[in-house]
Amino acid sequence: MKVKMLSRNPDNYVRETKLDLQRVPRNYDPTLHPFEVPREYVRALNATKLERVFAKPFLASLDGHRDGVNCLAKHPKSLGTVLSGACDGEVRIWNLTKRNCIRTIQAHEGFVRGICTRFCGSSFFTVGDDKTVKQWKMEGPGIGEEEEPLHTILGKTVYTGIDHHWKEGIFATCGQQVDIWDEQKTSPICSMTWGYDSISSVKFNPIETFLLGSCASDRNIVLYDMRQATPLKKVILDMRTNTICWNPMEAFIFTAANEDYNLYTFDMRALDTPVMVHMDHVSAVLDVDYSPTGKEFVSASFDKSIRIFPVDKSRSREVYHTKRMQHVICVKWTSDSKYIMCGSDEMNIRLWKANASEKLGVLTSREKAAKDYNEKLKEKFRYHPHIKRIARHRHLPKPIYSQIQEQRVMKEARRRKEVNRLKHSKPGSVPMVSEKKKHVVAVVK
Amino acid sequence: MRRLGSIPACQRIASSLPQAQDPFPGPAPVSVEVAQKFRRIDKSKKLPHSKSKTRSRLEVAEAEEEEISVKAARSELLLAEEPGFLEGEEGEDTAKIRQADIVEAVDIASAAKHFDLNLRQFGPYRLNYSQTGRHLAFGGRRGHVAALDWVTKKLMCEINVMEAVRDIRFLHSEALLAVAQNRWLHIYDNQGIELHCIRRCDRVTRLEFLPFHFLLATSSETGFLTYLDVSVGKIVAALNARAGRLDVMTQNPYNAVIHLGHSNGTVSLWSPAMKEPLAKILCHRGGVRAVAVDSTGTCMATSGLDHQLKIFDLRGKFQPLSARTLPQGAGHLAFSQRGLLAAGMGDVVNIWAGQGKASPPSLEKPYLTHRLSGHVHGLQFCPFEDVLGVGHSGGITSMLVPGAAEPNFDGLESNPYRSRKQRQEWEVKALLEKVPAELICLDPRALAEVDVVSLEQAKKERIERLGYDPESKAPFQPKPKLKGRSSTASLVKRKRKVMDEEHRDKVRQSLEQQPQKQEKAAKPVGARPSALDRFVR
Repeated sequence: MKVKMLSRNPDNYVRETKLDLQRVPRNYDPTLHPFEVPREYVRALNATKLERVFAKPFLASLDGHRDGVNCLAKHPKSLGTVLSGACDGEVRIWNLTKRNCIRTIQAHEGFVRGICTRFCGSSFFTVGDDKTVKQWKMEGPGIGEEEEPLHTILGKTVYTGIDHHWKEGIFATCGQQVDIWDEQKTSPICSMTWGYDSISSVKFNPIETFLLGSCASDRNIVLYDMRQATPLKKVILDMRTNTICWNPMEAFIFTAANEDYNLYTFDMRALDTPVMVHMDHVSAVLDVDYSPTGKEFVSASFDKSIRIFPVDKSRSREVYHTKRMQHVICVKWTSDSKYIMCGSDEMNIRLWKANASEKLGVLTSREKAAKDYNEKLKEKFRYHPHIKRIARHRHLPKPIYSQIQEQRVMKEARRRKEVNRLKHSKPGSVPMVSEKKKHVVAVVK
Repeated sequence: MRRLGSIPACQRIASSLPQAQDPFPGPAPVSVEVAQKFRRIDKSKKLPHSKSKTRSRLEVAEAEEEEISVKAARSELLLAEEPGFLEGEEGEDTAKIRQADIVEAVDIASAAKHFDLNLRQFGPYRLNYSQTGRHLAFGGRRGHVAALDWVTKKLMCEINVMEAVRDIRFLHSEALLAVAQNRWLHIYDNQGIELHCIRRCDRVTRLEFLPFHFLLATSSETGFLTYLDVSVGKIVAALNARAGRLDVMTQNPYNAVIHLGHSNGTVSLWSPAMKEPLAKILCHRGGVRAVAVDSTGTCMATSGLDHQLKIFDLRGKFQPLSARTLPQGAGHLAFSQRGLLAAGMGDVVNIWAGQGKASPPSLEKPYLTHRLSGHVHGLQFCPFEDVLGVGHSGGITSMLVPGAAEPNFDGLESNPYRSRKQRQEWEVKALLEKVPAELICLDPRALAEVDVVSLEQAKKERIERLGYDPESKAPFQPKPKLKGRSSTASLVKRKRKVMDEEHRDKVRQSLEQQPQKQEKAAKPVGARPSALDRFVR
């Protein structure tokens, strides 16, 4: 007879000395790992709960301004520097790592309407209520020297916004019309306008760098081509857009922050329908900024909160609020896509984490593996009712919560009336307009 | 144009050698069955009303799974151990081979795994191996309880509980022991210290521990099946089986369902979430005396008072696969990890083997037999060793059964060579991922399936709420064309064409469904017309 018994040599399974690692033989046969799905479900539930436990996004508050913060600008070469302009004409440069102010400049009399940095990071531009455009050096003045702008341009009308070209020494200001300036010259190289109303903000496209977008008070968004020095096309919405922001990864996508509590993501090739309508704010949306990954953006609203939206979803994934933070005027996403800065009415700039439960700093490889595994588990089971309920849960301040309930009731009533109108009229006589098309009034080429 | 002299020297030398052909071109072949083992998507199930985006994502997932299953099949090369085997010479019956012969023919370490404990004083014994197979606990009818590491023969504790012991089980690790005594259920430490006396579980006949749910299932003489959660110490469910005395119980390791055998020949399947049994299977003409389920949950072996030993298929329609008449009824059954079936009939143990791991054992000829010094009272295969432990009225016997156990264990699940630190870490992780008792059902993968019923329900509610169906196709609007192709007549013609095509598709579908309906509605041949025919739809 031929016989062989299963006999293991303990030397192959037990470590030799205390200083060695333990030996862990693996066998991935599914019969040795029963209840895969329920165990993964329990792990996903635990991961979701822990994510909520560790969700502490607030990092720091930068104190120093003596009036509300009106605009923010990122330093293109240094992650730890941010520039802010206040409503009393003061411009401050902050160091985010030490969380202190490194330089203060009394730039304008009146509001600082816009601030932008040059692409090389050596200087920055500010525009104010005193009809001037000033260019400042990024390095502070030496000892004994006074704070003087490099260059001052006096204009005839108030400028309400400024943005710098991403590659060349050209910047654009907006006010009564959109002016394109060369840094060396004191008068604009071209002025573009379409319509008779004032323009509130202008933004250069980071990828197709000759394109500009602007928002005007007559509820339209106009796109300009710098090479031809003409406006390209415009889209008229229901209500005024406060600002737009171009997607840094997709050349033709931009998001507009509108007064009717929504944000609209447009594809500039087809402006008649927005790609997505983002609805979650309960008051006017004042500012929007994209993450450098191009997959998410953050919006600041008059209802004392900031929300983070994914580009392809219509609902926000995160809402940040504090008792002390009043109307948020401006918001920026840092260039390493990890932090969000917002400047608000009560003179503070706050620094938040983009992912609320993320552990900052260097992670060991085991931590990284555990984090990746938990992310994948949460993604796999995200539609299960218990897990969805926990992952979605956010505490909201009472005013915002009650506003949401009120607006939901109003929306329901409007929709119910529409449905009734549809039901009780001749089929085809009442057109069914999708939510996306409802808000766009016209597109003009 | 290049001349010969301008070709570099190395290329000239290489081109003069004969071109060597790779004798095994392409990647190494992988056996289909091994790759199939790692696939989990059931391709035959189709999602009703699925959108094209969902379908494309599913296709991507299926392609990924194919690739990964091939890689996993290749990684099987790294498994160090081979399963044991016992083959007779030409014409030799393996069943005639005695344990003493096997012990002589095998190496010293394996020979030491065969031992006999002669304990005649304290009554017939029941035994249990821990999850890792390293520790053994046994309890005698007259109160003798002991726990030891049977590989190193190191005794952990030995006590007499001064009461009849009906069943004994290790809890999640070798640290805790549950003993079903005459009156109540007691929990002991592995040093013999009594930790708990659970008075709600009285007159317990059988115990089963569900390791991934941390549930101890007890069946009692009063007819109650009680689930006790040992991590929090609460009774999760106490179900009245309504079938009298319960003394035949086993668990299905694949889906944690408890199988109870009754005296009317039925086996009922229970889950703590439901007050009624999940299923009832009629197995035998007389009472059922033993039930066992194999480790993959594919087949169930039952034996009854009608001297039959039957194997049922649990994954399909609960149909019997094979049956065998035994000279004496088998009072105890056990499956091994590789699908061997052991039956204890009186003082004889018979073991049947099948072809592979997942195939049910063939009951034609036994693989091994052994006669013990007393009547069998308990039977269990040791988890990762080729050993069958038998508790009988003369003590404990450990039999050698080559080829019974899974040779390669997974170090992170149950590791017989784990250290104290590893055991502590494993215990914490196991408690964190303890599966709630509500999730026990016949299909453990139910959470990963699309809940089609809820989906349809949600769809209906949405149509009601919105007043229209948002997913229905919008009526065809012909695109306006230039150069006179957009006149009213041509628009109407294009619309008509699309409508006719849709109508034709519908008619074709209904024609395909008609013969199926006719088959269903056809009455059985030879049925006499009865007065109740008017109610037949």
